[in-house]
Amino acid sequence: MGIAGQSHSLITARDAGLVACQQCGQVHRLGTRVCKRCEGRLQSRDGESLQKVWAWLIAGMIAYIPANLYPMLLTSTLVERSESTIIGGVVELVEHGSWGIAAIVFIASVMIPVGKFVAIMYLAISVQRHSKDNQHERHKAYEVVEFIGRWSMIDVFVVAILSALVQLDTIATINPGIAAVSFALSVIFTMLSAQAFDSRLIWDADRTRP
Amino acid sequence: MITETTPLDDLVACPQCDTLHVASALPENARAHCQQCGIVLMTSQPAAMARILSLALTAFIMMIAAVSFPFLTLDAGGLHNATSVIDAVLAFNDGYAFPLAVAVAFFIVVIPLIRLSALIYALGPLVREQRPRQGARRAFALAERLRPWSMAEIFIVGVTVALIKVAGLAAVTIGPAFWAFAGVVVITVLKDQLICRYSIWESLDKATA
Ligand SMILES: [Zn+2]
Ligand SMILES: [Zn+2]
Repeated sequence: MGIAGQSHSLITARDAGLVACQQCGQVHRLGTRVCKRCEGRLQSRDGESLQKVWAWLIAGMIAYIPANLYPMLLTSTLVERSESTIIGGVVELVEHGSWGIAAIVFIASVMIPVGKFVAIMYLAISVQRHSKDNQHERHKAYEVVEFIGRWSMIDVFVVAILSALVQLDTIATINPGIAAVSFALSVIFTMLSAQAFDSRLIWDADRTRP
Repeated sequence: MITETTPLDDLVACPQCDTLHVASALPENARAHCQQCGIVLMTSQPAAMARILSLALTAFIMMIAAVSFPFLTLDAGGLHNATSVIDAVLAFNDGYAFPLAVAVAFFIVVIPLIRLSALIYALGPLVREQRPRQGARRAFALAERLRPWSMAEIFIVGVTVALIKVAGLAAVTIGPAFWAFAGVVVITVLKDQLICRYSIWESLDKATA
């Protein structure tokens, strides 16, 4: 593919008086509203991007609190009834010696969500400050967040399968706890937050606007 | 160089950083990266379209099998419980968890099926070198927009974790639907790697013209 000018003089679509469709890549004159190719809405930059990012992020963080306080799984067997939270479930797995699975659940349910909150906050704040530093690293962070965030859903699916499978009347039953709902909401909200982030803003900081 | 006279259709702007590039024919099996942020802008894989279509058709059929056949069976103390994928969804069907049941159904079955149908609808005529169907563009755009919300591969990892969790408690038998579902996941990953948005939009444009 040919490049616009030499690598030291890369130009953006906006600087060229154009607007690109993010869905299909078609380039239009600035000011066009609807993509002629895919009928998608055209926006040179999403002016409300950061507002949406913060709103979804805060919703996601709030939903993550009950997800950790309330039980994820309600187990009843012949001898006992027990409830386990996300962390409780991980601890149980460790006690049974299932280190690998404990690690998967811990990474998916604790490290990824918390890492995502921090990463999105960092991205949003650095854009608000018009930071010109580590643009490549920040763009990478954005890609990782977009790619990995969905994987937090693992624990919700584990709860779904366990509750469907372990329904042996008197011997043992497993049912979903309220935390499963708030955890799923937290993941969905954080995914929406990441999707609302307009990555073009990372690169705009050191571009001189006409 | 971009000049005033460069036709707009020859330009490609990076969707993630807005850097403008001039599109030109790409050698076979090559990838073009954004000069600023480095993401892949386009790939050139001859016959990708036909392969995407056949993979999508296979995945669609296997997905139907995955929801119809028994998924997992649990045996403990003389009691027996067979679970299908649908049962896993219905696990959340009581009271406050109902919206979650709907969401899980969408993530693991409905959205993957919508994506596959949309792709088959949009690309089918292109492979046969016919004019695209009405709404083909909207169908392809939808398939791409739904990509992050299709979570079949995450579900299969969740199932594996669940299996190890109950392994000590009871005997679990893996049914044919499990393998069908795993097949859907592998095929979907292969298919999505073949999809180059830019080339597919180009072909849609060419086929319409
Ligand atoms: Zn478009
Ligand atoms: Zn770029």
